[in-house]
Amino acid sequence: MVESKQQWKAWLYLSPAIVLLLVFTVWPIINTVRMAFLEDYSGLEAIGGRVFTFGIGNFAKVIKYKSFLKCLKNTVLLCVPTVLVSSFLALLIAVCLNSIKPLQKLLQTIFFLPYVTNSIAIGMVFAAMFNIVGNLGTKGHDIIVTAGIINNIIEFFGGHAVNWINAGSTYAANMTVMIIYIVWNALPFKILILLGGLQSINKQYYDAARVDGTSRTRIFSRITVPLLSPMIAYVVITGFIGGFKEYTSIVGIFGESMGPVHDSGRLNTMVGFIYDSLSRNRQGRASAAALILFVIILIVTLINLQVSKKKVHY
Amino acid sequence: MKVVLQNLTKIFPSRNKKSNEEVVAVNDFTFEIPDGKLIGLLGPSGCGKSTTLYMICGLQKPTSGRIFFGDDDVTDLAPENRGVGLVFQNYALYPHMTVKQNILFPLQNLRGADKPTKEEMLERAYSAAQLVQIDELMDRKPSELSGGQQQRVAIARALVKMPRVLLLDEPLSNLDARLRLQTREEIRRIQRETQITTVFVTHDQEEAMSISDMIVVMKSGVVQQIGAPQEVYDDPKNLFVAKFLGTPPINVFEGRVFEGILYIGEERILSVPGADDGEVYVGIRPEGFILDDGGPLHCKLSSVEVMGRDVSVVSTNPFAVSPVIRSIINADNKVNTESETVSYSLKRHKVFIFDRETEERVYFEV
Repeated sequence: MVESKQQWKAWLYLSPAIVLLLVFTVWPIINTVRMAFLEDYSGLEAIGGRVFTFGIGNFAKVIKYKSFLKCLKNTVLLCVPTVLVSSFLALLIAVCLNSIKPLQKLLQTIFFLPYVTNSIAIGMVFAAMFNIVGNLGTKGHDIIVTAGIINNIIEFFGGHAVNWINAGSTYAANMTVMIIYIVWNALPFKILILLGGLQSINKQYYDAARVDGTSRTRIFSRITVPLLSPMIAYVVITGFIGGFKEYTSIVGIFGESMGPVHDSGRLNTMVGFIYDSLSRNRQGRASAAALILFVIILIVTLINLQVSKKKVHY
Repeated sequence: MKVVLQNLTKIFPSRNKKSNEEVVAVNDFTFEIPDGKLIGLLGPSGCGKSTTLYMICGLQKPTSGRIFFGDDDVTDLAPENRGVGLVFQNYALYPHMTVKQNILFPLQNLRGADKPTKEEMLERAYSAAQLVQIDELMDRKPSELSGGQQQRVAIARALVKMPRVLLLDEPLSNLDARLRLQTREEIRRIQRETQITTVFVTHDQEEAMSISDMIVVMKSGVVQQIGAPQEVYDDPKNLFVAKFLGTPPINVFEGRVFEGILYIGEERILSVPGADDGEVYVGIRPEGFILDDGGPLHCKLSSVEVMGRDVSVVSTNPFAVSPVIRSIINADNKVNTESETVSYSLKRHKVFIFDRETEERVYFEV
C-alpha cells in the first residue's frame, strides 16, 4: 500500500497519462453517446446556437438508410470470410514454418514483410496487379490491353482477362479482389502470433505422441490445435474486431470513392459511412452509426468468447 | 522381453562449426537386459544415461551399434513400431485432456486389426488406471492432480498399450522426498505385477539401488560397472563407482602399499596380501569403521551427529581427500566427545584400494 502522504506523488506521476486518456478517449466516448442521442445533431448548427432535443431519431434514420444497410452488408461480407480464411491459412503456414528447419528465419521474415508495409501502398500495388487497361479497339474491333500481372497470368494460361476493379467491373469481381487483399494483409500478424504459440509448446508432447504412434493429422487436431487454442482464439477475436472496422484497405485499392469509377460507394463500409456522415456535418448520425458498430462488435466478441470458453484450453 | 544393446554408440556433432569437437554421449555400450527385470541406469548428469534410454525408445538414432528386443532388431524402427512405453521426466501429460482421455490416447492411435473396440479401450484404460490406483481420478484434468498422481497417470498411459519394454526417464525427480519413497515402491510393485522389462534413468543412487534388479553405472558415456545393486556396492570396480554409490559417500584417503601393508601417512592400517606396492587411494565405507582405542587409524574428532539408531562421527585426517571423514557407528558404542582424537580399526571387506593413476581397483585377499 502506498502511504497516504505519498499518494499525491502517485497521482502526479500518473497525471500525464490520465489527462491524455480523459481528453482523447473518455471525453470522445461520452460525447459520441451524447451526440448520438440528440436529434439531427450537427456541430456547425450547434455553434450557431441551435438547441437539439433528446431522442433516438438518429438511430432510426441510420437504420432506414439504404446506404447504411449496404455498408453493413459489405462489412459483414468482407469481415467474416476473411477472418476465417486468414486464420486457417495462418495456422497452416505457421505449422509448416515451424516444422521447416533450414531458412526458417528468412521465410519468417518474408512472411512478416507485409505487416511492416503501409497498407495504402500495398493497396496501390494490388490495384496495379489487378488492373486492366482500356479498350483500345474501335467499334466492333475490341482490343483489350491488359497491364496487370494477374490478368497477364490468366491470359498466359489461356483464360480471359477479368475486369477486376476498373470501370464496368462487377461487384463480385470487386469483392474477390478485396477479400484476397484483406486475407493477404491479415496473414503476417496472425502467423507471427501462432508461430510464437507453436514454439512455446513443450516438445515433449510431440515426443510422447510419437512414441504412441500418433498420425500427423491426429497430432495436428488433438495436440497442436488444442494447445494452440488460446492463440487461435486471440487471433480470431482480434480479427473480427479489426474486420468490422475495415476501411483503409478499400481506400488503398479503390481510392476514397470506395468503389469502381462507374459506381462509387459500392464497396463502402460501416467506418466509411461514419466518415461520410462526419464530412457532411451529420455528427449525430455518425455517432449513432458508430454506436451501432460498437454494439455489433461487442455482440460478436461476446459470441466468440462464449464459443472459446468451450473450445479453448488455457 | 529381453533387450540387447550391442556396441551402442551415440555421437552428437559439434554445434560450433569452427571447433570440430564431437560429443560422445554413449560409447560402445553392450548389455543384455534380462526379461522381466527392472534396470536402473545410473550416473551423474551428462553421462549419457538419458541418451541411452532415448535410443532404446527410438526417439534418438544410434550412431552405431544395434538394439534388439528379444530377437527382433529394432534399431531402424520408428518409436511407434517398437512397442515401448515411455514416461517422461515431467510426464508430458496432455493438459487439455482428462486423465481418461490421456490414457485412452495411445489406444486410439492404433490402426487396422490392432484397433480395439470402444468397450475394449475403456476396459483397458480402466484396468491400467486400477493398476496405478488412479481409477477414481479419471475425469480430472492433469492440472488438478498432485505430482505423484500425474506420475501414475503417465505410467498408466505408458502401460495401457501393453508395451514390450517400459522406459522411465528420471521418474522420481519431480516429486518431494516423502512421495519419492512411496512412488519408488509403487514402481517396483507395478513392475513386478506386469513383469514388463523396465529401464529407468536416475542420478540418485539411493533410488536406483533400492528398487533395481540390476544397476548400470555410467560416466561420460562409458559404462563403468553393471551388476546387482549390492554387488556393485560391495565390489566397486573403480574409484568413480565406489564414490558414486552409498550415502554417506565413501571416505577416500591417499595411501600407499608397501610389502603387503597398507599405509595411510605413516600409520600401518591393514595388511593387504596380494596387492602390488605403489601409491593408492584408499576407500573406506562409513560403516567400515570400528571404534577401537587401540586401532591403527587416528583421526581428529570434529563432531558427533546422533541419528537415533546410529551415530555419525565426523572427523578429519590430513591424508583424506575429502575435507571430513564420516563414519557410521552403532549407537550402542559410546563416543567420547571430550576426546580430541578418535581411533578406528577397519572391517577388511569395507576397505577398497584403487591405483592412484588409473583409479582402477587393486584387489587384495580379504
